[in-house]
Amino acid sequence: MSVARDEILGRVRRATADARPPPQTDPPRYRTRLDVEGAELLDLFEERVADYRATVVRVDPGAAASAVAGACRAHGVSRLGAPPGLPAQWRPDGVEAVEDRGLSTGQLDGLDGALTGCALAIAETGTIVLDGAGRSGRRALTLVPDLHVCVIEADQVVGILPQAVERLAPAVRAGRPLTFVSGPSATSDIELSRVEGVHGPRTLHVVLVGQFDAGGD
Amino acid sequence: MPRVRVVAPGAMPERPFPEAAREALDDSQLRRNLGHATKTIRDKRAKVVAELPDWEQLRETGAEIKDRALLTLDHQLERLEESVTAAGGIVHWARDGGEANEIVTGLVRDAGADEVVKVKSIATDEIGLNEALGAAGIAAVETDLAELIIQLAGDVQSHILVPAIHLNRAEIRDVFVRELGVEDVADDPPALAEVARRHLRRKFLEAKVGVSGANFAVAETGTVCVVESEGNGRMCTTLPEVLITVMGIEKLLASWRDLEVMLTLLPRSSTGERMNPYTSLWTGVTEGDGPREFHLVLLDNGRTQALADATGRQALRCIRCSACLNVCPVYSRTGGHSYGSVYPGPIGAILTPQLVGVENAASLPFASSLCGACYEVCPVKIDIPSVLVDLRRQVVDEQRSHRGVRAGLNPERRAMEGLARAFASRRGYETLQRAGRLAQRPLAHGRARIGPLPGPLAGWSAARDLPAMPDQTFREWWRARGATG
Repeated sequence: MSVARDEILGRVRRATADARPPPQTDPPRYRTRLDVEGAELLDLFEERVADYRATVVRVDPGAAASAVAGACRAHGVSRLGAPPGLPAQWRPDGVEAVEDRGLSTGQLDGLDGALTGCALAIAETGTIVLDGAGRSGRRALTLVPDLHVCVIEADQVVGILPQAVERLAPAVRAGRPLTFVSGPSATSDIELSRVEGVHGPRTLHVVLVGQFDAGGD
Repeated sequence: MPRVRVVAPGAMPERPFPEAAREALDDSQLRRNLGHATKTIRDKRAKVVAELPDWEQLRETGAEIKDRALLTLDHQLERLEESVTAAGGIVHWARDGGEANEIVTGLVRDAGADEVVKVKSIATDEIGLNEALGAAGIAAVETDLAELIIQLAGDVQSHILVPAIHLNRAEIRDVFVRELGVEDVADDPPALAEVARRHLRRKFLEAKVGVSGANFAVAETGTVCVVESEGNGRMCTTLPEVLITVMGIEKLLASWRDLEVMLTLLPRSSTGERMNPYTSLWTGVTEGDGPREFHLVLLDNGRTQALADATGRQALRCIRCSACLNVCPVYSRTGGHSYGSVYPGPIGAILTPQLVGVENAASLPFASSLCGACYEVCPVKIDIPSVLVDLRRQVVDEQRSHRGVRAGLNPERRAMEGLARAFASRRGYETLQRAGRLAQRPLAHGRARIGPLPGPLAGWSAARDLPAMPDQTFREWWRARGATG
């Protein structure tokens, strides 16, 4: 094809002619899963998300919509954008939910917040992964509005990053964009002092849905 | 107001390190800012690294992953081209910075834009893309908070991760008041971040073209990865119709799974966080989500030259975390500007000479005490001290061959050759010891230490005292003892 392409590839071949690449170590020597499950795993996730100064609430499956409504009230939000694939039982009463069927950037900017689910979540790092499909919504939806309310089901939480990477492989191979979200947007550019909220949503509110024992351990 | 200034962008130092460092060391405000910042981030990193029981295994695997990609780079580049193209992206190849700048300028013109929003990318700083776009009448708007500050101040970056580390809040406030016309803004970080948000919001929402770098690209899937904190990276890679990514060819990973290691190593080493706020991964273009056009510009610009060096090529493993800067006793005192390159600190001292040629950055391999702290913290185990020593050899070889006959008359070199001959035999060594004791008399004045020396010896004694040679060596004492006892 291009001259530059052939020349760069030629330079690379000459440069590496003497070299032998190291073999792949299989199985890997690092941890590929976390031996923590159940309530302990969710505790870890909650603690780690809260470390980023995001809010986490835990509710039973029937109470997701009212938890979302509570978050909206707390942040004075009356119009939320939501992906068409959002489960109906998460939609709160008393809040206008605008379905994102190709909203313009200007329309997204006019929303008070976005309500989505996610593809999965990672406990050790307190990370939410959006995969651009179904309940995650497209990327601009969770980027332009100033509040992101994310509903996560307990069985979507995995231990560590390698577990997430394995589960996300099909989405990547299908060409879907992924966004890893760990807390609200932040900067430490001024004297390394952390400020939450720069260009992305300044507030991240996580609703963790599952069967939790009332007052359980 | 900006202090040690480098006029030209890019990776080519304009003056020797010691000269620039001397100015930086005289700036007490700069030293305070740097000392505070590097210590803060060192401590944060140490804390989150200590949380992981398998950190060493991750480092080793990280080094292997990068080596495997680099040593099969021709194959990986072809795979990446194929997978990105299959996903609807367009791949361009640039042998040097000039070629990359031409490609990007042409693409922006084709899109009919006269302004682009940019997410922090050291590769584009290396090639002076903003200047090239400016010359073509295209405004490049930096959107990372620190990069914006630097751009508004007409300054240059001094740290890989926190480019405005050399400026404190009061100085940044002054820049905003002067350049953005804001009034009454407090000099506290949240207020200053809010100014940046308001200033850039409209630009993000209206931008037609976004320009980014890349932290990683996966050959297997064609996925490109940008790691960031503020959301400006998401804005630039999601909202514009056209996205142009400029990526050094060394950023490649072979497989999707390699990311699980690199994304564990990078944020902990870099910002001292378990995970950075936002990581964007995209594969070509996606219908109805994000840019309609995606261009990936693959940049050589000296990288294949570094790849050809069996010792130096490990510098290409670098994932730009900047952990080596924060632990470096030299960097934490002189700051990034002294290195005269967009790649400062220990990694810059080995990367810059390899990218631009040792003859063009001959002082950088010496800008180190070889203490090894950088190697200890490097998440991909780049043995920076060994590469520094090898580059020093190359500098000396180069100067020798260049100076030819003149080098033969260099007094320091003649003295070293004489010492080498004398030290080769015991008798020669002991004769020299006796001669040294006589020669030091006028310098030591009977004291235990020799202070600053005059003339050609000044360079050896300006920064430290030499212990004076004792009146008797151990061997002499032993012989005398044997004779009497």
